[in-house]
Amino acid sequence: MNGKNLVESQLDPATAVYDATVPAGEPWIHEIRQGQYFRIVDVDGNQAADTLFYNAYDFQDRYSAQDTIRTQRNIYLTTGTKLISSKGNTLLTIVADTCGRHDTLGGACATESNMVRYAIEKRYMHACRQSFVRAVIGWDPAYGKRDITHNINFFMNVPVTEDGQLTFEDGVSGAGKYVEMRAEMDVAAVISNCPQLNNPCNDYNPTPVRVLIWEPGA
Amino acid sequence: MDNTILFEELVRPGATWSHVLKRGTALRIVDLEGAANVGAIFYNWENPAERYNMPDTLKAQHVGRLTAGCALYSDMGRVLCSITGDTTGWHDPLSGCSNAALVRTKYGEAGYQEYRNDCYKNAYDSFAIELAKYGLAERDMAAPVNFFSKVVVNQDGDMRFIPAHSKAGSAIQLRAEMNVLVILNTCPHPLDPNPKYEPRPVHLSIRSVPPPGPDDPCRVFRPENGRGFILTERYFL
Repeated sequence: MNGKNLVESQLDPATAVYDATVPAGEPWIHEIRQGQYFRIVDVDGNQAADTLFYNAYDFQDRYSAQDTIRTQRNIYLTTGTKLISSKGNTLLTIVADTCGRHDTLGGACATESNMVRYAIEKRYMHACRQSFVRAVIGWDPAYGKRDITHNINFFMNVPVTEDGQLTFEDGVSGAGKYVEMRAEMDVAAVISNCPQLNNPCNDYNPTPVRVLIWEPGA
Repeated sequence: MDNTILFEELVRPGATWSHVLKRGTALRIVDLEGAANVGAIFYNWENPAERYNMPDTLKAQHVGRLTAGCALYSDMGRVLCSITGDTTGWHDPLSGCSNAALVRTKYGEAGYQEYRNDCYKNAYDSFAIELAKYGLAERDMAAPVNFFSKVVVNQDGDMRFIPAHSKAGSAIQLRAEMNVLVILNTCPHPLDPNPKYEPRPVHLSIRSVPPPGPDDPCRVFRPENGRGFILTERYFL
């Protein structure tokens, strides 16, 4: 059982050691060290933050949607969720969440999947997997598309019904809602701030997200 | 349909199998005893950076389970395989695969020294070993499908494994829409509550099949699939 677990953080943005804004459609990549706290804020509301995590020293050991949901026997992420890697390690734990539900199954938009989902003419439109590839090849040229797997969509709601349908529901998020994690090991965090204009995942108006990092014990 | 079997094979319990399934052929998998699980991963053999993508498959077809009519999408908007036959009605795309720690915790130790070829296997290492034979690695693993297994999700998001979902004789047929490297194993489903390590055998057969026509059930399953098949056919122009 893992319903919405709304928990506010006591951390003060004024004491963060890192505070940045990621505009819509941009990639972001940053190391988060063990014990640090990492917060993503949905600044204007209804914005999907597509996010991947990697073991900072082994890109083959990375966030695994299937291992994470199977371990907690629940497909949604909220406070208390451990984000499990493909090699069975706990990368981060969600310690605060004012949104209450985050998606593990919707994945990232891509120019190619946009052609399938909406129209073949949509290929020219910017998409999350473009940003993911840009981020990881800029981090280390040894990394590439093979390392891009199934991401978290923070602030998105993609329910599965008992009869096996996948649905896209209205956003559960709103302006100023946030999710905060504690890194359980040194990780690289990668965000594509979603540019999707073909469905309501960003309310047809992609907006910035804010990312903050605090030192352990902050 | 030309029902000539090009080849057939028995996959033992807990074993791994792989093949480059050619466009124009279909792989039929039969659960011989019931309660089998077949974990499977798929790659475009000509460019393995293109591989089966769970979210793209689910959201293109608005499904949280796989059955006849469904396409297995790559991350490049193409259809690797489509499900042209299914007697179970539900295959699990969500739950992933067992790993060494899970198998040790759940079933205990059973090494080769004592158990010979009945030693316990886990799906993650089985996939990783087989991938290496094709020049691929752990980084190339994403989200396997678990054929013959059913996991339902309730409105709170809780996942529940349905025991004894697949009966003896259950079958699924996968038609290759591209030349597809398929790697599969018969390790138990990671959420199977059976406390004993009891993997089951499956029978495989490969047949020649006609290409999907304009009213092919997989092509017309969703408007998205119509576009997916067009993009797949363009690849071969």
